[in-house]
Order: sequence, then C-alpha cells, then structure tokens
Amino acid sequence: MARNPNELVRYTARERANHWLTAICFVLLALSGLALFHPWFFPLSGLFGGGTWTRILHPYIGLIMTVSFLGLFFRFAAENGLTATDRQWLGRLGTLISGDPHGMPEQGRYNAGQKVLFWILSVCMLLLLASGVVIWRAWWSLPVGLERLAVVVHAASAAVLIGFIFVHIYASIWVKGSVRAMTRGTVSRAWAKQHHRAWYRQMTGKS
Amino acid sequence: MALQSLDITRRSATTTPSPSARSTEEVAKLIDVTTCIGCKACQAACMEWNDLRDQVGVNVGVIDNPPDLTEESWTVMRYAEHEENGNLEWLIRKDGCMHCADPGCLKACPAPGAIVQYANGIVDFHEENCIGCGYCITGCPFNIPRISKKDHKVYKCTLCSDRVAVGLEPACIKACPTGALQFGTKQDMKDYAAERITDLKARGFANAGLYDPPGVGGTHVMYVLHHADRPELYNDLPRKPAISPLVSFWKGATKPLANAILAALALGGIIHYVTQGPNEVSKELEKEEEENGP
Repeated sequence: MARNPNELVRYTARERANHWLTAICFVLLALSGLALFHPWFFPLSGLFGGGTWTRILHPYIGLIMTVSFLGLFFRFAAENGLTATDRQWLGRLGTLISGDPHGMPEQGRYNAGQKVLFWILSVCMLLLLASGVVIWRAWWSLPVGLERLAVVVHAASAAVLIGFIFVHIYASIWVKGSVRAMTRGTVSRAWAKQHHRAWYRQMTGKS
Repeated sequence: MALQSLDITRRSATTTPSPSARSTEEVAKLIDVTTCIGCKACQAACMEWNDLRDQVGVNVGVIDNPPDLTEESWTVMRYAEHEENGNLEWLIRKDGCMHCADPGCLKACPAPGAIVQYANGIVDFHEENCIGCGYCITGCPFNIPRISKKDHKVYKCTLCSDRVAVGLEPACIKACPTGALQFGTKQDMKDYAAERITDLKARGFANAGLYDPPGVGGTHVMYVLHHADRPELYNDLPRKPAISPLVSFWKGATKPLANAILAALALGGIIHYVTQGPNEVSKELEKEEEENGP
C-alpha cells in the first residue's frame, strides 16, 4: 500500500514475498550448484555442511524454487508478452545502456528487457527441472545416455540462468528506485513516468 | 609422500598437478579369456580379500551369479554361448573395472580426491571423499561403478591396491587355478599376451588379439580374446570405448567458458556503473510531479 500519495504501488506484499523466496532459493542453488560444477567453487560446499550435504540438499531446494518460480510465472506471464514496440526498444538498447534514455519507446509495466529476461529465465527453469530430475540419483537411475545429456543441459542452462540473474541484479542496482519497488512495494510517480510511462498513465490516468 | 607404488598422479576435481618427481612402473592385469574355465574362484577371492558378502540372490536361469556387478560384487563372470563353424564356444569374461589410463569416472567426479589414479595406473575410489552424486557412472565407458543403496557411496574393483602396494598380486590373480589371470608390469603383460596370441593364431583363431582400447588411453586390465575383431561377442564388451563427447564437453569446455562469461558479466557491471553512473530519475520529472501533485 502506498502510504505516500506521491507513490505508486508496483508490487503487492504477496508478489514481493514470492520474489524473495525465489531469490533465496536461487542464491542457495547457485552456490551449491557451482560447488559441484567446478573444483574452484567446491569450498562453497562448506556452506551447506560439506559435499555430501550439498549433493543431498541441492535437488530439494530446486523443487522449492520450481514451485516458487511457478508462482511468479503465473503472476507475471500475462504482462510479459512481447509487442512490436518492445522490438523497437530492444533495437535501441545500446543507447540506453550508454546513458541516453531519450528516444526510447514508452513502456508498460515491464520494459522489453525485463520481458526477455522473464522468458529466458522461464525456459532455463524448465530445462533445469527436467534435466535435474533425470540426474537425481538418490531416487532413481535412468539410462546413462539420457543422464549424459542431462548433465550438460543442466550445467549449460544453469550458467545461462546465473548470467541473466547477474544482469537482473545489476539492472536493479543501476536503475535507482527499482530495489525499493521489490523491497517496499512502491515507486515514485516520477520514477514510473521516466521508466514505464504507459504504466504511469494507466495507474494515474494522466498523460 | 605415500608408498611409491601408491603415489597419486591424478586426483578428481583438482586443477593443479599432483607430485610427480618420482616415477613408478605401470602395472596391469591380463585376463586370458581363452584359458578361463569360468570357475569363479576370482569372484570368491575378491569377496574374501575385500570382506564383501553380497546377497545370495536368485538363479536367473543361467550360470551368471550374481547377474551383474554390485557395490558388493566388484568382479563377476559373464558367460556367452557362441556358435562358430559348427562349434559351440563358451565365451567367459571376467568383468570389472578396466582401470583406464584416461578414466572417465575421475574426469566426471566433482569431489576432490574421491577418485585417484596412482602412478602405477590403478584407478581407485576413496569412498570417504565420495559425495554420492553418481557422476562417475555417467563418465564410465564400461558401466562399472555401482552406487550403494545403504550409504550412497560408489564402489568398484580397486585392483587390490592395498595388496599391490606391498608387492602382492591382486586376490583374483592369486586364486586363478588355470593361469588365465596374470599380473605384472604393463609391458610384461603385453609381451606375455603376444605369446598367447601367436599360439592362438597357430591353433586357428586368426583374429585372436589383445584388448587394450586406445580410446581410453589403454587400460590396466587387458583381455586376450579369441575374437578380438568382435569384442561385443563377450557380453557386449565395447568395441571402441571412449569417454562420451557429452561428458568431455561438460567437464571440458563448459567449465572455463561459463566461469569466463560470469566473471565478464560481473566485471562489466562494475565498470559500467563507475563509468556511466546510475540511471536516476531526472530532476525535471521529479519537479513536474511535485508541482502537479497526486
């Protein structure tokens, strides 16, 4: 709820809780997954009580993240459809990154970059779940050819997911006011007008 | 350092070289399939020396017992009936770890020191470091490691590394009544095999030969086969075993590639922030909103 009339509600309490549950799962999964991915990161397994505990816990955290991510998916999927304007926006992404926001086509609740991220993360989550189930040897052993494919898919989609989460985190640090949207739920009217003008108009009824 | 015969040359999930100042003779077990009578003394000796007592199990209709390797049966005899030129041949193969020079299990293992290769060529699992992921099973081209349902650790033939370390031959070799199993330096075993092959060829087995597959860098368990041109006759001994390209890619290119991309992204973010500065709401918009009011 916006206590200050100059603020707009961007994320409800449930959306925020859902996001941060997913985020915590992601951090735990990335740390434990990297521990098993490369010898450099194996010491991270100490955070989980050793290598064996890391191996035991990782898939269960993955299941929690799957459920939590599904919550986010169904909350946000409808608003993440890509439009023709989004293609223009993506075409001008370079000028935005180099510090010039002028001339970017106006965006709704999510800009094209957020939408692309949304769909890439969704695909990665699907691949990680499917391949992770295949290599969950605590419960079953599947044909070795399938397992060999699954380990590659799991590692590759995890690397892509972690990379895009880096981008996601950086974008929130770079665009001032974004972290507040996901921690407190609100943004200033000026923030909305600058970054998501179509959403601003929809929320305020102003032009 | 450990005993010279147990100096470690390769260690799983370790990126720096192992101590390598000393050099040790490579050893090998030679299994002469052509003189094996299928008595299973080697299986019994393996259980005896390693204190393993697998479940008695059930008769599956053939002499194979147990029907497959398990975490408590590190070697099993596999029997095949093969007809050739009107003769019935009973092809009996002692199955177990081949102790590859380029071990797929070791390559796939994510736990430092859970799988080692000694300077003498023996590939050994150190179960106390095993985390139970089963990646070694995906790495092995011979389908050898077995994960225990009891402790979720992986087990296989050690080539009796404990016996070899103190100058004894493996237990199975000691028990073999026909001399079908031999143990010595890898070169001696190759020389001995060459004599056997000459003899077999003279007796009509034109395709007799040594199974020491180059796809895995050679093995420290080798077979003398009457039909070396058709290893699959011996209960599907792989014709050209090699580490799966998927496993090589997973444990090869993806690791540095993923690390490099993630590091570049993190560094790129920091550089972008300190060169471009944050993307803040413009002062004009803020002023505009203040004046207009909600």
